[in-house]
Amino acid sequence: MRPSRRLDVVVVGAGPAGLAAADAVAALGRSVLLIDQGSRGGGQVWRHRPGERLPRAARRLLGAVQPPRVAVARRAAVIDAASPHELVVDFDGRTAIIETSSIVLATGAVERFLPFPGWTLPGVVGVGAMQALCKSGLELSGARVVLAGTGPLLLPVAATLRRAGARLVLIGEQVPARRLRRFAMRALLSPARLAQALQYRAATWPVPYRSDTWVVRAEGHHAVERAILSVGGEERVEPCDWIATAAGLLPRTELGTLLGCAVGDDGIVVDQQQATSIDGVWAAGECCGVAGDDAAQAEGAIAGMAAAGATEIPAALGRRRDRGRAFGWLLREEFAPRRELLDRVTPRTVICRCEDVRQESIDPAWSQRQAKLWTRVAMGACQGAVCGPACEALYGWRRNAVRPPLEQPSVGAWASALERLTPDPVAVGESPPQRGA
Amino acid sequence: MITCDVAVIGAGVVGAAIADVLAHEGMEVAVLEGEFAGAGSTGAAMGHLVVMDDSPAQLRLCHHSRLRWDAMLPEFPPTVEADRCGTLWLAASDAELAIAQAKVDRFRRDGVRAELLDAQQLAEAEPALRPGLAGALRVPDDMVCYPPVIAQLLLERAVAAGARLLQPVRVLAVESGLVRTAYGDNVSAGAVVVAAGAHSASLLPGLPALPRRGHLAISDRMPISVRHQLVDLGYLDSAHTLGGASVAFNVQPRRTGQLLVGSSRELVGFDARINRPLVARMLSRATAFLPALAGAPVSRTWVGFRPATADALPLIGRWPAIERTWVATGHEGLGISMAPGTADLIAADLLGREPPLDPAPFRPERDVAHAGAAA
Repeated sequence: MRPSRRLDVVVVGAGPAGLAAADAVAALGRSVLLIDQGSRGGGQVWRHRPGERLPRAARRLLGAVQPPRVAVARRAAVIDAASPHELVVDFDGRTAIIETSSIVLATGAVERFLPFPGWTLPGVVGVGAMQALCKSGLELSGARVVLAGTGPLLLPVAATLRRAGARLVLIGEQVPARRLRRFAMRALLSPARLAQALQYRAATWPVPYRSDTWVVRAEGHHAVERAILSVGGEERVEPCDWIATAAGLLPRTELGTLLGCAVGDDGIVVDQQQATSIDGVWAAGECCGVAGDDAAQAEGAIAGMAAAGATEIPAALGRRRDRGRAFGWLLREEFAPRRELLDRVTPRTVICRCEDVRQESIDPAWSQRQAKLWTRVAMGACQGAVCGPACEALYGWRRNAVRPPLEQPSVGAWASALERLTPDPVAVGESPPQRGA
Repeated sequence: MITCDVAVIGAGVVGAAIADVLAHEGMEVAVLEGEFAGAGSTGAAMGHLVVMDDSPAQLRLCHHSRLRWDAMLPEFPPTVEADRCGTLWLAASDAELAIAQAKVDRFRRDGVRAELLDAQQLAEAEPALRPGLAGALRVPDDMVCYPPVIAQLLLERAVAAGARLLQPVRVLAVESGLVRTAYGDNVSAGAVVVAAGAHSASLLPGLPALPRRGHLAISDRMPISVRHQLVDLGYLDSAHTLGGASVAFNVQPRRTGQLLVGSSRELVGFDARINRPLVARMLSRATAFLPALAGAPVSRTWVGFRPATADALPLIGRWPAIERTWVATGHEGLGISMAPGTADLIAADLLGREPPLDPAPFRPERDVAHAGAAA
């Protein structure tokens, strides 16, 4: 329980940004602890199985970010903070207080999932979740998969599924063809990106890639049996075993909010040095806006250097970050979820799966808090992780203030971490007669 | 200016119950609510409909209210989540079991069903509890419910019976037959009933009610079987400390398989921050009784502010400092349990009728010994 010493930097998240940040801190000779919820690092984008071949940047960073150069805590999460310098960390069920001078937040992004009739059937999953399932060894050989999402991430996911033996029925992109063409003309000016796109398309050939396409509803008895799609304005029925679908990515900002950092529409607000609005807290990667893994690495390196006290940041890193950011803005502009994705919801459509709340029981005139208290929407097991973004899109609700604990630690862990943080100043009596709750 | 017979300030469960009863008596009722029904202490509450016997008056008001809930709840939709799971008051020692026996006798004298479980019967009733407990007091007719929906439905009934809802309205001041609001119309009323929970004292200076903060945590769904609302009797082992923070074991099974875990008590004003060390103690105490709970993920932790009084009884009746003004608050953790009886007492007083039970112990101007504020 007792913190052994104060660390120079704690990095939260071991995706491209977090790895680059930890690497940069270590390169400056400072002490650094990398805290990651995963079991082997890489985050979502470099999720891998042992022995699987990763991109060069991933291999380099995963190799460099190792003890004793960097202390690494796996299956660990920051569940609370008394201040930006005192973090409550759940280390796989055991909790401890970690004291640190600086923090780099690299908490990544989550998928935005928008509800449609049938989305709660087994077999309907997020695009990223499908990729994660596949990478963690789900048997997909011969399984028919409808992949319907948005943005350039669809192609690498399709390639992964294909390699795993899935029979991809179709790759659906929600935006219209002209937007896709415009995006291609603007984005693929970069030869590297063009080459990558062609490579992915080759890996998914000849699976049809259709723009103007989304899942209207999913049908089946005990699990999904078919997807009803809107393809170029026409309804089409595709028998399938899986539907992988999402409406883009959203920055994960909860820890930043808990620490008091300013958060905008794009994510945690940062300056040129990746500093947040709170002293001692930096942020990098997709939690400050979705911009791809190259920008995330550049931002991570900048944040790591700044958090470690470097005064000069190489200009090349800044340029790399800015290129990525520009690409991110382009993505957000061109792949924003279209209105029709919200119109799929019917009165009987489940909005909140945990509490089984349907659209018809939510009055759009209610405030967010009122809807939550009266219907329990977003109050269930996932605490709005799934339906929160959906409600934001459907009802215009803002994401809530964040209350500890984050990441749902066990009762035992949440109970054991806390004694030392703020000594209880009051004389402690046992409970008086309990008058109800 | 809006004119009515009765202005009810606050649409928590107590204010909504009062509005419901008065509107059904044919009075012109206006309800002034700052946010929405159940948004305050009601929405943060556990929803334990319990009969307690700290004093004969408490037992009578709880019991009367429970009979009224028994009549009302079947008319409500399933969203109130009413479940007659009963309460088990856990005795850790033979001394506590003797106290439980005394409680059984008191309950039965007043016509409340109650029974004593020995160690073996307790272990069979609640196998997830730690071994070695001496037994328990079982009150089988106690219930759990979902408070904000109850407040909402009571308010809807009042509105259906003609009550007027003014929402959101911020009340600035209560004067003789007049409610001044920050925006919108002032309300002129034959009688004003302040049912603003822990905030009532800000409208009625000198009212001996103050906010007593409590924490609750809810677990994710867990394969831990808990059938009753579980509360420990262990408080009797230790002395109360004035103003001190305290915790008790209080666990409620939700229909979803989640467990609601409480409880804590502190006098810290309206500070909505979570007191981590106190939550730690509260949860440690809970896992001491229910060891398997330690592995359950915590979904959420929150705080609420009980309107507390020093003598553990609510303040119900005329507030003499301001003419034509009544008050109904100070129920601490028993606002839901006592709401119907509170409404009946207020209605009887306003209508000049025979009250359903002796109102004297609840008179707001009684000498509420402040020295015992933490009791």
